[in-house]
Amino acid sequence: MTGTAPVIPPAAPPPAVLTRRHPWLSVLWSAVRTPRGAAGLTMALLVVGVAVIGPAVSPHSPTDLVTLTFAKPSGQFPLGGDFLGRDVLSRVLNGGWLLLLMALAATAIGIVVGAAAGMSAAYLHGPPDGIIMRTVDVILAFPQLVFALLLLSLLGPKLWLIVLAVGLSHAPAVARVIRSATLDIAERDYVKVAELQGMRPAKVMAKEILPNLVTPLMVEAGLRLTYSIVIIAGLAFLGFGQPPPAANWGTMINENRIGLQLNPWAVIAPAVLIALLTIGTNTFTDAVARVTIGVDRRPEEAALLDDLGPEQA
Amino acid sequence: MATATAPAEPTAPAEPTVPGRNEHPLLMLTARRLGVGVVTLLVVSMIVFLATEVLPGNAAYAVLGRNANPARLHALERQLHLNQGLLSQYWTWLSGLFTGKLGASLANGQPVWGLAEPRLINSAVLVLVTGVIGTVVGVALGAIAALRKDSWFDHVTSVVALAVTSLPEFIVAIGLIILFSTVVLHLLPAVSLLPPGVYAWSQPELLILPVATLVIVIVPYIFRMMRAAMIEALESDYVEMARLKGVPEWRIVLGHALPNSIAPTIQVIGLNFLYLAGGVVVVEYVFNYPGIGQGLVFAVSNRDIPVIQFIVVVLAAFYVCVNIGSDVIALLATPRRRIPR
Repeated sequence: MTGTAPVIPPAAPPPAVLTRRHPWLSVLWSAVRTPRGAAGLTMALLVVGVAVIGPAVSPHSPTDLVTLTFAKPSGQFPLGGDFLGRDVLSRVLNGGWLLLLMALAATAIGIVVGAAAGMSAAYLHGPPDGIIMRTVDVILAFPQLVFALLLLSLLGPKLWLIVLAVGLSHAPAVARVIRSATLDIAERDYVKVAELQGMRPAKVMAKEILPNLVTPLMVEAGLRLTYSIVIIAGLAFLGFGQPPPAANWGTMINENRIGLQLNPWAVIAPAVLIALLTIGTNTFTDAVARVTIGVDRRPEEAALLDDLGPEQA
Repeated sequence: MATATAPAEPTAPAEPTVPGRNEHPLLMLTARRLGVGVVTLLVVSMIVFLATEVLPGNAAYAVLGRNANPARLHALERQLHLNQGLLSQYWTWLSGLFTGKLGASLANGQPVWGLAEPRLINSAVLVLVTGVIGTVVGVALGAIAALRKDSWFDHVTSVVALAVTSLPEFIVAIGLIILFSTVVLHLLPAVSLLPPGVYAWSQPELLILPVATLVIVIVPYIFRMMRAAMIEALESDYVEMARLKGVPEWRIVLGHALPNSIAPTIQVIGLNFLYLAGGVVVVEYVFNYPGIGQGLVFAVSNRDIPVIQFIVVVLAAFYVCVNIGSDVIALLATPRRRIPR
């Protein structure tokens, strides 16, 4: 288990173009201007809009029984009723913000923990590297969803625990990518100069290495955000989300699917929103990754192989 | 062939391969991988054991919750061997993993192995059928897209693949249910009514939708990798050489480009088998398919600790084994990397 596949090394040379003050901003901007990036961002923002503005414009309370069980759509209830006779539209408008918030928090945890671990492993070499990467191997032996389910079964289905579990299960993959990127950067002259000037390792990592990791971290964050949404919505679908009366897109799909014949909108509406959100974030991430690599080679393949880690001789 | 197999690297050293020396590094690597795998699994088993036995005060409390009274607590502690020392608890459990003596489910008192065995087989059938179909479809589509690079087929499949890679499996499953078993058409059963403990092949039509869901989820990854690898292979020197020599195009594709694109794709196929270890959980739950994924969801809902421990360890073992397997197969498919350096 030595070095990981080089995602970043091929992209390393362009610093000349990108060493302006906020290179990542220009990367984001170029990504937005590609058709792919624009489409992805539009889809994601559309769903974010529904989730954020939704609660303010919801016509009914998401938990009141206002119509009939699985009522067909009507003028007063455009998306009909759910399995208890609540307004589907109001539940859709209220059921997204917490999912988004939890996914963002889990992504942040995964990126911060993963980047810290990967950077330290690569920069400190020796025993710390060994310990961190073996821990990574062990956590990677649990499928992400199973890891989350295991923690939930121990400590009960608490929302903060879901966020923590999903975040921590992201960390190993992030650590691997960041470790291989750091290995490359640590060899650069300006890092050596900083070391010769007697800068402490923690400071070298924060001041010299981290700024060069912003672009790969951005791509990682996008990928992990998509996965967070998938896993957290999936857990809600399995019944591990907010407790019952609350509205949640994942939960809605599960509780209303027995009534698909009567009012399919109670399932289709939340399903389409989740689908648009994940497709949007993933497509935008794809556009960003393409900009950073700058070739027509699919970056995910590199990332995929990187998840596997070793063996790219 | 030694130079031909490395699409990832532009200049492969054309070292002559000595047949006798080839076996050695391969064996070494396999042995090392196996060693690391065994250690990883041991650590995983310890974590799973410690987590479920020790963390929340004690498992008996966690199970009984508010219904705990001293007598019941005591009985359950005995049943879970919590009155023994930690090390002997671990040993009882670990040896049980190999002998099948895993204790009884806390939910219904039946032996864990008896509950888990048919579920294991059902899940294995699901994973295998999905893996085989998904691999064939992914490789074929990827190769066709690469051969028709920049055609409408290539563009359409690439965009669809990008969209589908990010879809949660339960959304795909619900979409298929809407299309094929409820709202639009009524061709297939939406959920299986098989009781747990029955083998899935007694009603093969129940496999169709779960397999279709998982195939749709894994094909895009294999497709994209295959397409990228195949494009690189088709642009390589050895393909140009073959073309200049007048080798017929079908032989170039089947004899040169395809075998050389498979090697990098194998790792992605391995990753997809890894994904299936987690993916079966949600899909089995959606379709009420009696496999270990559904068993895990039920066990977590009931806090059925012996069942959770067993299923998590089985999934982790599968994960580690697939990892080792795909590394070794990728190595076998890449002669250049077998050369000792």
